[in-house]
Order: sequence, then structure tokens, then C-alpha cells
Amino acid sequence: MSLYDKIFLPRTITLENGKTVQQPVSRMPLIIVLVLICCAVSVKVTGFNFATLAKRGEQFFVILGDMFPPNWKYSSQVWGPLFDTIKMSLLGSFIGTVAAIPFAVLASTNIIRSRVVVSLSRLLFSLVRTLPTLVVALIATYVFGLGTLAGTTAIAVFTFAYMGKILYEEIETVDMGAFEAAEAMGASKPRAFVCAIVPQVLPSYISNTLFCFEGNVRYASILGYVGAGGLGLVLNERLGWRDYSGAGMILIMLFVTVFIIETISRYFRRKLV
Amino acid sequence: MENKILSAYENRPRTLWSRLALGAVLVALMAWSATAAVDYTGASGGGQIAASIISGILHPDLSLLFNFTTEGVPYLMLETICIAFLGTVVGAVLAIPLSFLTASNLVPKPIAFAGRMAIMAIRTVPSLVYGLMFVRVTGMGAFPGLMTMALSSIGMVSKMYIEAIEDLDVKILESLDAAGCTTFQKIRYGILPQLIPNFASTAIYRFDINLRDATVLGLVGAGGYGAPLIFAMNAYRWNEAGAILAGLIVLVLVVEYGSTKIRVKLARG
Repeated sequence: MSLYDKIFLPRTITLENGKTVQQPVSRMPLIIVLVLICCAVSVKVTGFNFATLAKRGEQFFVILGDMFPPNWKYSSQVWGPLFDTIKMSLLGSFIGTVAAIPFAVLASTNIIRSRVVVSLSRLLFSLVRTLPTLVVALIATYVFGLGTLAGTTAIAVFTFAYMGKILYEEIETVDMGAFEAAEAMGASKPRAFVCAIVPQVLPSYISNTLFCFEGNVRYASILGYVGAGGLGLVLNERLGWRDYSGAGMILIMLFVTVFIIETISRYFRRKLV
Repeated sequence: MENKILSAYENRPRTLWSRLALGAVLVALMAWSATAAVDYTGASGGGQIAASIISGILHPDLSLLFNFTTEGVPYLMLETICIAFLGTVVGAVLAIPLSFLTASNLVPKPIAFAGRMAIMAIRTVPSLVYGLMFVRVTGMGAFPGLMTMALSSIGMVSKMYIEAIEDLDVKILESLDAAGCTTFQKIRYGILPQLIPNFASTAIYRFDINLRDATVLGLVGAGGYGAPLIFAMNAYRWNEAGAILAGLIVLVLVVEYGSTKIRVKLARG
């Protein structure tokens, strides 16, 4: 019986056959009050003001309106950065997903018995995951110079942390029977892992990789803002010059690309699962 | 027995060629994308710069980290939490009607497709562009930040809402029907208990992501820790950047721990 139930006593219902059941009081009111308090504090701190939004809301659509019709002639200059973005996310996703495998294995409690190794690898994933991708990209531009290499690095780092967490959770929920059987037959640990666990996690691993790649294409288009190459570079330039029809063209091309990639990847993910 | 196993092994699917083809496609794709990645412009002494950056980040500016005025890291983090919280709430609420209109088991196919395209369009526009648009509406500060966050949350949140709606167990509604419940009772006892844990879990997850993505807002002057962080990094003040990053890491780890706990509880009921 938790503290909440002691303060708000559960309702006792007597059934027709004389048995009694207790219905605990709903926690919903408490949660709603808490959320409302948080909302009130947030409104105070951020200066959220609905009146401004209602009054000047049409300003939001001014830039949007300027983007249409898009400047079709500008499209010839978008292809290069667009392909750069795709290349960055392809290579970055690949490096990240492959690099995540060994660490994810080290972070799964059912494979590695040593608690120290497991918590160290998990700490690594958590720390890397908290680093904002934009910060990684900015640091990478200082180290590798401006360009797509910095963007690739940032995407690889992000993918590493994201896929690593998913992969070790996946490995931990696997059916261990086959692994134990293989070990009992005298297989070494790596051999048993390859034969018994890899086939179980591979489909969802590939499916998650594709999903991550989709997201990376979208995210890679922002990285250009800090000089890490790709679409963001030209988008930033167009927005800086207030050439919104050019920016609209970039966004439309990005939208079509993302749509194509998503369609392809959804087809493969359906086949995998 | 032995023979059966052997014959099953002999008849295993032969996928060597398709695997080789897949591998070749993968290698070709990587080679193609490597053409863009190896444009090493050779910032001189990259290693040295990296070393100084890391040493700066590892020696955070403690006076900034424990400065409890509106200039210090704690206030920045509070502001970011508020932006992310309210942004998530607004986005999660806006996503509800959108996802009901797009769930393919509720509306006809063309409408569902149009809704899907709309959600994808909302997702594709980088949050920076939204930031610019909202700064035009409200001026600089935390307010446009939270609106940007709300808009950029809609995409993922409604995608997950739709999945929850499409997975609804309809049998419960049928049994409630058989027990003679009214439409209101069916919604209250048949639909809401199935959806609320899912929706809440999605919103909490998105809150996590929004905390991390708040860096982006700094680029357009929309509040949170992003702007001070990027200014500090652009000015090579790595100690300051280290202080902000340290605050961020602690915040994200704490929030993640809490939100995972809540989500596990929500999932298990």
C-alpha cells in the first residue's frame, strides 16, 4: 500500500455474493495538478502569451507565403549539396551502426557477466547520447575543417549512441536458449553469439538502421548551419539573403528526397519484420 | 533423426548470390558516399585543436556553473526545461486531432494519405526555419523557442500516436456494446484507457529529445542554452562551453532516468 493510498483511502465495494473488493482512488487528479503547476511555471519563465500568438500569428505565414512559388531555376544549384547531404548521412549511419556493435555487446548483461564492463559501456553510450549533434558538428568543423567530413563525423557519433542503446536492449531481450545450447555443445562464446544471437537481432537491427538513416537525412540538412556541409549551407545562405523562394525550392527538394528514401526504407522494413 | 537434420540442413535456403549482390550494392553505396566525405581540407593542427577543446571542456568554468542569477547555467537549464516542457505539451495536444484524422482505420484512405503527407511536410522543414518564422511573430526569446519546439515535435509524436490508434483493440468496444454502454461510456472505458498510457509515454519520450534538440534554437536566438553555448564555442571559450555542457549532461541524464522509470511504469500498467 503506497503513501497515496493511505491518504486517499480506497473505496470498498461489497459484491452481491458478500465479497468485498477495494478500488484504489485514481491518481489522475494528482497528475493533472502536477502537470498544470509545471505548465504555469513554464508559462511564467518562457513568457508564453496566447494573445500575441493570436494577434501576430499571420506573420508566421509571411515567410511561408514568400516561399511559394519556389524559384525553380535555383534547383540546378541544389543538387550538389543535396547529394552531399545524402552521402554524409549514408556514410555516417554506416560507420555509426558498425562501430556500435562491439560496445553494444559489451553493454548487454546477458552476454557479459562483469558488471563493471557493462556499466562502463552503458555510461559511454549515455554520455555520447547527451552531447547535442550540433555541438559535435561544431567541434568537428574545428578539428577537420569546414566541409562534409565534419558532418559525417557528427552523424556517425549520433548514430553510434542511438543504435548502441537500441541494440543492447535488443540483445538483452533475446531468447537465450539457443545460446546456452550452443555453449553446452562446446561452442566458444563468440561462436555461440554469432550462431544463436545474431540471427535473432539482425532483422530488427537492420530495420532500426534504416529508420535511423531516414532521420539522419533530415538532421543532416541542419548541420550545414555550423559549416558541416550539405543542404544547410545553401539553406542558411538563402535565408540570410532573404531569398525565400530559393529556400522554398531547397525545402521542396528535401521533402521529395526524404519521401523517396522513406518509401524505399519502409518497403524494406516491412519485408524484414 | 540424424538423417532428418542432415536433409533439412542440405535443403537450407541458398542465399549466397543475393547476399553477395546486397553486399556489392552496400559497398558501392559506401564508395559513392565516401567521395563526399574525404574532402579533408586540412585544418592545420587538427589534433592540437581537439586536445585544447577537450581540455577546455574537462575544466568547466565553475563560477558560471554555480551562478544562480539569470546569467548562470542553472537558470539556463531551467529555461530550457520550461521551453521543452511547454513545447512538448503544445505539440502533443496539437498532434491529437491530426493523428485521429490520419489513422487509417478511422478515416477513408485518401484523407489518411493526405494527412500523412502533411505530417511529413511538417517534419521535413528544419526546426531552424520554424524558429525564424516564430521569431518574426513574437520577437527573440524563449517564447518562439517553445513554439518551434511544439511544431517540430508534431511530426514524431503524431506518427507514434497514429500507431497507437491503429493498434486499438476493437474487441473491447464490441463487448462494451454488448453490455449496453452508451457512446460516451465506450470512449471513457474502452478507448481512453488504451490510449492514455501510450500517448503519455510518447510525450515523455519526446520531452527527452526536445531537451537535447534545444541547442538548435540557439542558432536563431530562440532561448534556452543553445545561444550561449554556440557563442562560447564560436569564441573558443571552451571552459564556458564545458560548463554549459556539464549542466546539460547532468540534466539530460537525470531527466532520462526519471522518464524511463515513468515509461516503464506506464507500459506495465
